[in-house]
Amino acid sequence: MTVVYYLWLREVKRYLRSRPQIIGSIAQPLLYLLVLGFGLGPVFAQSGQGSYLQFIAPGVVGMAILFTSIFSGIGLLWDRQFGFLKETLVAPVPRLQIMLGRTLGGATIASIQGALILVVCIIAGFRPQSLAALPLALAFMLLVGLVFAGLGTAVGSTLKDMQGFQLIMNFLVMPIFFLSGALFPLNNLPAALTIATRADPLSYGIDGLRGALIGVTQFGVATNLSVLAVVASGFLVLGAWAFSRIQV
Amino acid sequence: MIHVTNLVKTFGEVKAVDDISFDVAAGEIFAFLGPNGAGKTTTIQMLTTLQRPTGGSMQLDGLDPVTQPLQARSRFGIVFQDPSLDSELTAYENMDLHGALYHVPRKIRRERTETLMKLFELWDRRDSMVKTYSGGMKRRLEIARGLLHTPRILFLDEPTLGLDPQSRNQLWTHVKHLNETEGVTVFLTTHYMDEAERTAHRIAIIDHGRIVAQGTAESLKQQTGAESLEGAFLALTGNTIRDERADSADQLRQIARMWRR
Repeated sequence: MTVVYYLWLREVKRYLRSRPQIIGSIAQPLLYLLVLGFGLGPVFAQSGQGSYLQFIAPGVVGMAILFTSIFSGIGLLWDRQFGFLKETLVAPVPRLQIMLGRTLGGATIASIQGALILVVCIIAGFRPQSLAALPLALAFMLLVGLVFAGLGTAVGSTLKDMQGFQLIMNFLVMPIFFLSGALFPLNNLPAALTIATRADPLSYGIDGLRGALIGVTQFGVATNLSVLAVVASGFLVLGAWAFSRIQV
Repeated sequence: MIHVTNLVKTFGEVKAVDDISFDVAAGEIFAFLGPNGAGKTTTIQMLTTLQRPTGGSMQLDGLDPVTQPLQARSRFGIVFQDPSLDSELTAYENMDLHGALYHVPRKIRRERTETLMKLFELWDRRDSMVKTYSGGMKRRLEIARGLLHTPRILFLDEPTLGLDPQSRNQLWTHVKHLNETEGVTVFLTTHYMDEAERTAHRIAIIDHGRIVAQGTAESLKQQTGAESLEGAFLALTGNTIRDERADSADQLRQIARMWRR
């Protein structure tokens, strides 16, 4: 357990020390929040759906967590050639512990990042329904972080070169984001899109966040929590398996 | 200390390591010389549990890296060809993390870290981020780190690549000193003949995955009738330049150079 803790601590320390990276990673969600939030706001209000800023803020928080956690996993590709990962692979420690430390660290920094974006959203005018709902929102953030840190680890362990990275970005990360309901409500969609959005684990994370933060939910808290927990466990197992097969 | 018999590693059609056997005695400094793509790094990766051999057997201090990887790993320290320090942490934190990974008790960890960092003249800069270190300092830190858990064997895979003559000289002085005082067995690979000749007790020359000759620098020169080790090396491996196909690691290395990481 000490090893898991040390590796987790390493990830968190590195994150907290890299100010430029933290600021840089706020920029993109902020762009979505402000430009789409205010740009599409009037149309959204006209169709009787209320404030778009209120609607999109949880989506932007989810997006920040998705990107941060999945990239922490894909960073493996770099780390195993030039970084510290190789040092851990020759240490007398089971691979599972190394993977857990790294992945839990990735999920933690993703959640911190999400919380940071939530603060930014509040500054921009977003109003959560009550402070009492914040712990539940944090729980959803951590779950989403776990789901995608696990997936990222699985992908990062399998990738062979940087070209694969573009592929993952365009065919995995962006679809997960766009199909998650971060930007539009998931009801009354064409059948194909409905199926795709139901298959996207991030949908349940963002719906959960929306439920906690603005009290609007499509699937219900219990469904969201259980789907995310199951998918997180599945991806963590998959990540651990892929990680155990890394040959440098 | 290291015992290798009929070791084979194939990647698809290519035989990276083709039936090699050698022994390294305890307390010996043993050098592996060979052109690019000869199989030096692959051999080290198999010995250090990072690759599984296709055939043959290995023993490190009596342990089999394939069936007893965890025990075998605690017996060696390694300096990789590519950097493996965490550059966003301080030098001291890197040492401390290594100690934790190798289950070195906290008190001993602190003492050994201080001794080693003083020995490698890094103690004054212990709280600096590794990214602010020069190439030579990073290499010294990697060696110091590799020794923290008092390994019996130290693997050095082209440790002086990209270092200036001063740093190279200093590094080998340290390695020899450690070998003499602590009796650490050293297995090294290098492209610099003079380094191998000065540092190693015995040398093996590997080409196309096969060991073509082994012995002391003197005996290699005698065998080939060459005047220098370099002459002997060229006599044994020929003058053709090896065009390896660039693999994904090389591509990554290029990107790394571009970003000066």
